[in-house]
Amino acid sequence: MNTLRIAPLAAAMALSLLSANSVAADLVAGTTHDAVIKELKASFSEKGMAKLSRIDQSVMQRECSQAAMTGKPLSKEQADKIMAAARASVKQPADGKYLGDWKAGEKIAQSGKGWQYSDNPAKPAGGNCYACHDMSKGEISYGNIGPSLRHYGKTRGTSKEVLEYTWNKVYNSHISNACSVMPRFGAAGLLTETQLKDVMALLFDPHSPVNDDSVKVH
Amino acid sequence: MKKPMLAALVLLLGASAAPLGTACAETAAQGIEQYREMLNEGGNPADLIVMTGDDLWHEKRGPKHASLEKCDLGMGPGVIKGAYAHLPRYFKDAGRVMDLESRLLYCMVNLQGLDADKIKKNAMSGKGDYSSDMESLVGYVVTASKGMKIDVPQSNRQERDAYARGRQIFFHRSGPYDFSCASCHGSNGQRIRLQDLPNLTTPEAARKAYGSWPAYRVSQGALRTMQWRLKDCFKQQRMPVLKYGSQASIDLTVFLAVEANGGTMQAPGLKR
Repeated sequence: MNTLRIAPLAAAMALSLLSANSVAADLVAGTTHDAVIKELKASFSEKGMAKLSRIDQSVMQRECSQAAMTGKPLSKEQADKIMAAARASVKQPADGKYLGDWKAGEKIAQSGKGWQYSDNPAKPAGGNCYACHDMSKGEISYGNIGPSLRHYGKTRGTSKEVLEYTWNKVYNSHISNACSVMPRFGAAGLLTETQLKDVMALLFDPHSPVNDDSVKVH
Repeated sequence: MKKPMLAALVLLLGASAAPLGTACAETAAQGIEQYREMLNEGGNPADLIVMTGDDLWHEKRGPKHASLEKCDLGMGPGVIKGAYAHLPRYFKDAGRVMDLESRLLYCMVNLQGLDADKIKKNAMSGKGDYSSDMESLVGYVVTASKGMKIDVPQSNRQERDAYARGRQIFFHRSGPYDFSCASCHGSNGQRIRLQDLPNLTTPEAARKAYGSWPAYRVSQGALRTMQWRLKDCFKQQRMPVLKYGSQASIDLTVFLAVEANGGTMQAPGLKR
């Protein structure tokens, strides 16, 4: 009987909320993590390949967000766990060869295309390496969020260890820095295996603009 | 008008960077800065858009045939002086925290009877278009806070909660690139290509950055608002589409604005 009386009342209230100018019913209250996730899901709309699932966080994403916000670094256990998971995510090249075509790699390094809602998923994505790294003498338009990679192969050589370490780092940068800001180009599927090899060649080929200052990049 | 400006930019960039074998990033950045100063002396193209906004504010429009002269932006009906420097804030009549754009939308719907969906859909002008009504109105209101101190309130639970959520959104890493706002805007001296990235977690940079938005974007030939700025950042972050006037967009603006408190409003600014 109570519910019978309340139901029309609730309906009337809902109607008045809708018809009145107050639109507060759609708001998220409180400041918990769950409230923020709910808020974000309600505040974005899907388009193209950018689905709402992009709002959800992995353990790494969540713990590194928290650490950055609070200024309190991860515990050793947290960091070790994230780095171990990163190492486990790496797939070595199927044919055991690390180096592709540096010219294709240079194009990938220059291109910032890919993975935005306006991008065509059928077209190859770029790696946008120059956005954050100084890589060659000829390219003055480079960012500085990542370290300089000039003469990367020239100074390190091409031993199996160096090649494997570099492959792993590009594949999933969290292998050695739990909260690295570099995208996980292999593990997140951002670049294909062939593209990763091309970027590797850019880093290691002695004739690439990374290692040979006389090579023009434009 | 757009073309000669772009040509000037190309010339400046070319002159400062190209002939030097040892050309460095700083030189190009200085070129952009020089260009900005040069344009500032001749006036900001946003001035014209601001005048359009002035007209729109006073014009009787919509099914209710009303102007926006009774719109309360937080300082009382019709008061625009200093309004932007105190936004976003909690509005009792709407029962929510609102930024300038969601408040203007509220007034256009409630005072003028205009269609909310239509306004939202057209809020950001397209390529080659003249500024939207919203952009023009924003320019008009923002200009009336020029030189004033940014003083965004944290005086009730709704405003404080909005800040707390906005802060979490700023640091929220997710998506295929694992980016948050803080990935680019949480450290000093960072650059994407040649673009300087303000560290929005430090008062000095936060004040300078927030105080210069909304801004006329020369490369787009348009006055861009804070809603546009955030939407485009999230796009580059590889996130889905930020809904116009959404709660997350407002909460994040509250966070950025409160971090910038104490700074001076310089908007509409002028950007590359």
